[in-house]
Amino acid sequence: MTAIPLLDVRDLTVEFQTRRGIVSAVQHVNITVAKSETVAIVGESGSGKSVTSYAVMRILDRAGRIAEGSVMFTNIDVRQASEDDMRGLRGREISMIFQNPRAALNPIRKVGRQIEDVLLEHVKAAPSEVTEKAIEILDQVRIARPRERYHAYPFELSGGMCQRVVIALALACRPQLLIADEPTTGLDVTTQKTVMELVVELTRSLGMSTILITHDLGLAATYCDKVVVMEKGHVVETASARGIFTAPEHRYTRKLMRATPRPGVTLRDLLPEEETPSAPVATITKLLVADRKPLLVVEKLLKEYPRKGVEGVGGVMTKLLHRSPAPEPEIFRAVDGISFAVHRGESVGLVGESGCGKSTTSTMVMRLIDKTDGSIIFDGEDIGEIPAKQFAKLPMRRRIQMVFQDPTDSLNPRFTAARAIADPILRLSDLKGRDAIRARCEELALQVGLPVEFLDRFPHQLSGGQKARVGIARAIALKPDLIILDEPTAALDVSVQAVVLNLLQDLKESLGMSYLFVSHDLNVVRLLCDRVIVMKSGKIVEEGPTERVLFAPEAQYTRDLLAAIPHPTFEPVHADATRVAAGS
Amino acid sequence: MTDIAATPRPSSGLAALFRHGRYVIGENKVTGFAFGLFIIIVLAAVIGPYIVPHDPLASDTAAALKGPSAKHWFGTDQLGRDVFSRVVVATRLDFFIAVASVALVFLMGGLAGVAAGFFGGWTDRIVGRIADTIMAFPLFVLAMGIVAALGNTVQNIILATAIVNFPLYARVARAEASVRREAGFVQAARLSGNGEFRILLAQVLPNIMPIMIVQMSLTMGYAILNAAGLSFIGLGVRPPTAEWGIMVAEGAAFMVSGEWWIAFFPGLALMVAVFCFNLLGDGLRDIVDPQRRT
Repeated sequence: MTAIPLLDVRDLTVEFQTRRGIVSAVQHVNITVAKSETVAIVGESGSGKSVTSYAVMRILDRAGRIAEGSVMFTNIDVRQASEDDMRGLRGREISMIFQNPRAALNPIRKVGRQIEDVLLEHVKAAPSEVTEKAIEILDQVRIARPRERYHAYPFELSGGMCQRVVIALALACRPQLLIADEPTTGLDVTTQKTVMELVVELTRSLGMSTILITHDLGLAATYCDKVVVMEKGHVVETASARGIFTAPEHRYTRKLMRATPRPGVTLRDLLPEEETPSAPVATITKLLVADRKPLLVVEKLLKEYPRKGVEGVGGVMTKLLHRSPAPEPEIFRAVDGISFAVHRGESVGLVGESGCGKSTTSTMVMRLIDKTDGSIIFDGEDIGEIPAKQFAKLPMRRRIQMVFQDPTDSLNPRFTAARAIADPILRLSDLKGRDAIRARCEELALQVGLPVEFLDRFPHQLSGGQKARVGIARAIALKPDLIILDEPTAALDVSVQAVVLNLLQDLKESLGMSYLFVSHDLNVVRLLCDRVIVMKSGKIVEEGPTERVLFAPEAQYTRDLLAAIPHPTFEPVHADATRVAAGS
Repeated sequence: MTDIAATPRPSSGLAALFRHGRYVIGENKVTGFAFGLFIIIVLAAVIGPYIVPHDPLASDTAAALKGPSAKHWFGTDQLGRDVFSRVVVATRLDFFIAVASVALVFLMGGLAGVAAGFFGGWTDRIVGRIADTIMAFPLFVLAMGIVAALGNTVQNIILATAIVNFPLYARVARAEASVRREAGFVQAARLSGNGEFRILLAQVLPNIMPIMIVQMSLTMGYAILNAAGLSFIGLGVRPPTAEWGIMVAEGAAFMVSGEWWIAFFPGLALMVAVFCFNLLGDGLRDIVDPQRRT
């Protein structure tokens, strides 16, 4: 391609002024985007991928500045352009989609109006026809009944719908370049598929270029022409999507590829080559579950919530004025009579999209909230009958523990790691005495691979992976029989996820625990679970051994879920095969 | 196992806080200034009565109503008492009233607010309505009413000042506690076998302490002003005790005849104290604001 690229980032270095001196977030980065090309920037957190895109838009926050290099957009020098020129550029020529669609929309303005604002700001429509234009754009991003939805507020739309509105906003002025910063991270896998397909189709038909910023190599390779891999502020590899997937050159790219859960690999395959344990453990322990008594039996479990907001102010007024018995409140069944069992030493995956009731189920089993009906029988005792408030102090409490989704949120910011791990020991075990508890904490830290000297640190002094380890250590401190894992790796980078998943598998084998693994990610479930339960709208749609459910799904819903996982069409080749491919 | 150890060296909480405090004070000159003033006020309160040049209560009618001079830096009042000595000695009483009332309101309002935010339901409703009731009165009038009804004593001034500040504390504490009610670490504490009260005191309260300390500093100024105001209208400390509010009240009558110093210097002390606590509150907010921590 000899024509001038649409965007040419050369030797870009971005620095941030912090109290510990100047920190370079991005160093000597080169990226070119040709007209109507789709480029992915892939990297883990802290790799500088977002900072690069902010530098292109020149929306770095006050402490950051472009220290070196140039950013040329067509023939405009972004670094030298005046703030007025940049304002014209942003939105009209380059636009951006952010990670959280709800935060990107003004919550108190109708979505149609928000599109009109953009159109009027950049004089892309006359005031008389702007409404029609906005509706046309809503129709373009395939929002059903656009004329009605024009009047909707963001909170009335689902996450996927909101992201479509954000895309509509971004595309309203037909920009030449679209920057999508993790556009589907908060979305379900099926929604991710429709949103990504929409973006690709629209940008292709409008002849736009796209930069997709993501941590997901699979997503990048599926939807992009070119992939740029970043690590710690440097570009380590730039290649075509096929090239990256079939013959990754850089060590880091290979590590990232390995760590991404995908069909046909085992847990051990996720770890970097040099760190693979010498004695590989059998990936999934086959247990003769039939002849054992199950540890946990859930029967016809039901959870109902009153539907809030349907009566509104009018309803309350009527109730106050008439003093008649309140009409039967409308109810919403979060969990609708489900039954399943977990055996000793077994891990069961509970899979479904957001709102399917999987988290409600797990919190009920955890005895943090009360059920509406049904029974939860744990080791022969119906713990569902004990109110959640009393359960906290019962000896049974120590036998069911949990690892939370967000390692940061689940640690008290004012407690050191040691104090967090010691908490259940202090409350629920017979272990007494400072030294004994400290010794137990150190033992647990070793078990989860947390260096002992980190025990005295506060959560903000630990990395995401280390915080996850503290959370796991706390959960296993009382040697529980059942651990509920609520998306324990959803907030972690893939390479950290690989390590944590392996750790969980090792702990399960050495301590003989059972896992109930709640997740939306079928690829992760495939690695860790013996059996899978697929839930939708509070009901179980399919249940069976992992291999069977994922390779020969019976329910249409399971098939849809599997199909929505981004798979590049070209098959990834393993390291040894790569050399052959390169040689031919 | 390769977790990137991009974390600062481990340090005890207190030392880290000290370092951080020094950093913020050093970077923000205004906070440093306010902190300096605060030290002076504390020193005046603690050792003031032992170092003043004259007895604050000794009258000397021969030297009455003299302007500022080398002997009497701030002049003398209608009874010939040294204004400078009285201003310095009064610091202890005013400071004590402020600290005691703020501590009291923190215990009442802070704890009630945390409980309201954490438990919700009826606790929340009761605490909320109490706060609303107090807010329904003009605050100074309410304080006057309380002191008038219970009697003119220092304890009652403290109590009145604490009660009028109750809604401020209860609301801040409630808002902070309610966002942490469903936090992951609270759930985790339940799993560890903690009862609700223990979670409230050991897990939630420490997390809202920083914001409460800022609140306390900001209301210190108001508490001093409130105590002086009550004394000014004759409902507080009784003469001849040295107290800024009384001194301003006594001096006010002499303003018209040109003896400005009797009211001016205690008024200035009052202003400086209130100013100092407000600036300090802003500075403390910077210290506890996680945005400024990197």
